[in-house]
Amino acid sequence: MSVSTQSPAMSRLLLLSPVVLTLLALIAIPLGIMGYISLLPRNLYGGVDWQADWQLQSYVKLFFQEGFDGELELNWVYAQALLRSVAQAGGTTLLCFVFGFPVALWMTGLAPRQRSLMVLLITIPFWTNLLIRNYAWLIILREQGWIAQSINALLPQAGGITLLYNDFAVSVGLVYSFLPFMILPIYSTLEKLDWRLVEAAYDLGANRWKALRRVILPLSMPGVIAGALLVFVPSLGAFITPAILGGGKTLMIGNLIQQQFGTARNWPLGSSLSFLLLGILMLALVLYALYSRKTAKTIRRGAAA
Amino acid sequence: MEHRASVEVQCVSKRYTDDPDVAPALDEVSVNIAHNEFFTLLGPSGCGKTTLLRTIAGFEHVTSGEIRIGGQRVNDLPPFKRRVNTVFQSYALFPHMTVAENIAFGLEMQGLERKAIPARVKEMLALVQMEHLARRKPAELSGGQQQRVALARALAPRPDVLLLDEPLSALDLKLRKEMQVELKRVQQEAGITFIFVTHDQEEALTLSDRIAVMSSGKILQIGGPNDIYERPQHPFVAHFIGDINLLPGDLRRGHDNQSLFRPTGLNVDIPCHPHPRFGSAPVQLAFRPERSKLVDPSQPHHLRAVIEAVLYVGTATLYQCRLSNNAKVMLRESNEGLNGARTVGESVAVHLPPHACLLMEA
Repeated sequence: MSVSTQSPAMSRLLLLSPVVLTLLALIAIPLGIMGYISLLPRNLYGGVDWQADWQLQSYVKLFFQEGFDGELELNWVYAQALLRSVAQAGGTTLLCFVFGFPVALWMTGLAPRQRSLMVLLITIPFWTNLLIRNYAWLIILREQGWIAQSINALLPQAGGITLLYNDFAVSVGLVYSFLPFMILPIYSTLEKLDWRLVEAAYDLGANRWKALRRVILPLSMPGVIAGALLVFVPSLGAFITPAILGGGKTLMIGNLIQQQFGTARNWPLGSSLSFLLLGILMLALVLYALYSRKTAKTIRRGAAA
Repeated sequence: MEHRASVEVQCVSKRYTDDPDVAPALDEVSVNIAHNEFFTLLGPSGCGKTTLLRTIAGFEHVTSGEIRIGGQRVNDLPPFKRRVNTVFQSYALFPHMTVAENIAFGLEMQGLERKAIPARVKEMLALVQMEHLARRKPAELSGGQQQRVALARALAPRPDVLLLDEPLSALDLKLRKEMQVELKRVQQEAGITFIFVTHDQEEALTLSDRIAVMSSGKILQIGGPNDIYERPQHPFVAHFIGDINLLPGDLRRGHDNQSLFRPTGLNVDIPCHPHPRFGSAPVQLAFRPERSKLVDPSQPHHLRAVIEAVLYVGTATLYQCRLSNNAKVMLRESNEGLNGARTVGESVAVHLPPHACLLMEA
């Protein structure tokens, strides 16, 4: 039987089957299992009670807890962890942009050979395990480390600054880990930038700063947004860095989820927390989609006018 | 006020490398451009005309020499500190801004009062007849419309000098003709010095008050369109502007002190008015195809020729002829009246009146 005798819909489905199967196996099925678990109660031994009826208990637990009298009370612990994580991830994204954008801009000015070398150098840290990189920062930032030692030697009146096991250390670790995800997309948009536009800006009286703000930055927005998503999404769920460099003192949503699946053995709550996180990320993606659709629409509307 | 807005280029050279074997992009170029002048830099690609424009705009540093704008030395001023704006060949409109925002950009950078900007933008849009498209993005405009926006954007900050880098080269012929008329009108209305770069000799002749013809980083001749066309001083200029025939030969003096030109390999003396600087050095005779006349071959003292090709071009007919020394010349005869009907293979004589003959160094 030849392909041409099949209906177009059928052959399209066949052609798409590798993609569909991959998506099913790697996304739909795991998410389905997790969704299923989140609707089940935890059994007495810390497993999942597969026989129980579906219930929303683990979602209720995200925001409420049972008081001594059996009444539901508001419980902000998880929401706070989530907010803290969003703030941490947002800060990381911002810092990655602040450090990454100038690097990407500088790279576009290099000779083509040097540029590919720089891209290589930027990706090299990925060849090392994330855990090891975090432990490396542990050594750099610890009290006996040269940075802390020299700061405390230079500023004795500050009374012994500690760099480790706080939000600062977590930020350093996260920014260090995700900076390449910001640099590379920005670099790839800037590389395609028409530099004659920047010349035109100079010509019209813009100094370097104004040309950057009014022309280069707006035109590199697609790269900036892609980079922001690539940094924001994984830093929101990060748990290794807060655990190692934050000393596990502050609870991030990533650590919380890890705990539920690990030591706490509360899979339903871990699953519902994961869906909460997923919801926040979906929100970010929807906002991005709305933004890009709006820009596309203005162009279409203009073209039709 | 004499000096305001005039551009003086003094002995400017531009080298991209220190290698003395590489010819400089600009080789000791000097030119003075008067206030309100429509000045054209004309030459083939790679002749340095765009480089000269970019040094005036401030995008390139000069290796030596001096550039003054309005009497002020600008060698070390960055582009954003020069009261000079450019219309780029690619237009370089900001794709993320509307037409109005593009035009307002220069005004904002200039620090014009916020309230005054919309009025000036409107005025500029009116100047280029684009009021109805103020809110479009550049991607939604045709080439000709983008061209107008680029012009309005460059004119909005009221520069002393407007630089135009082959602005019409991306347009089709009909639109180009329209924009030529438009450019001339805008220049007269705005009262701004225009420095226009083009490789199109017809465009240069139509638009310019004066033209500088450039080749290999040098200015060969500066003059009005009429000057450049009628009295080219250099074979390159003669060739580049319009069509011209060149015949090598030598000068001699006939009786009653008449100068005579004898083409190499021919036994004919052509009377002409040589420039005093020519002695008896080898020279060449140049004449435009339309300034010669085809006459009856029986007449003496004329160049004998055989027609090799006949090209009908509407208003005129072009004859490609071979002289008896095997040199090829192109002759043009108006189609007025009935002098057509010359055919390939026909023998003719070429009459060159003295005013049609130009002599230049060989």
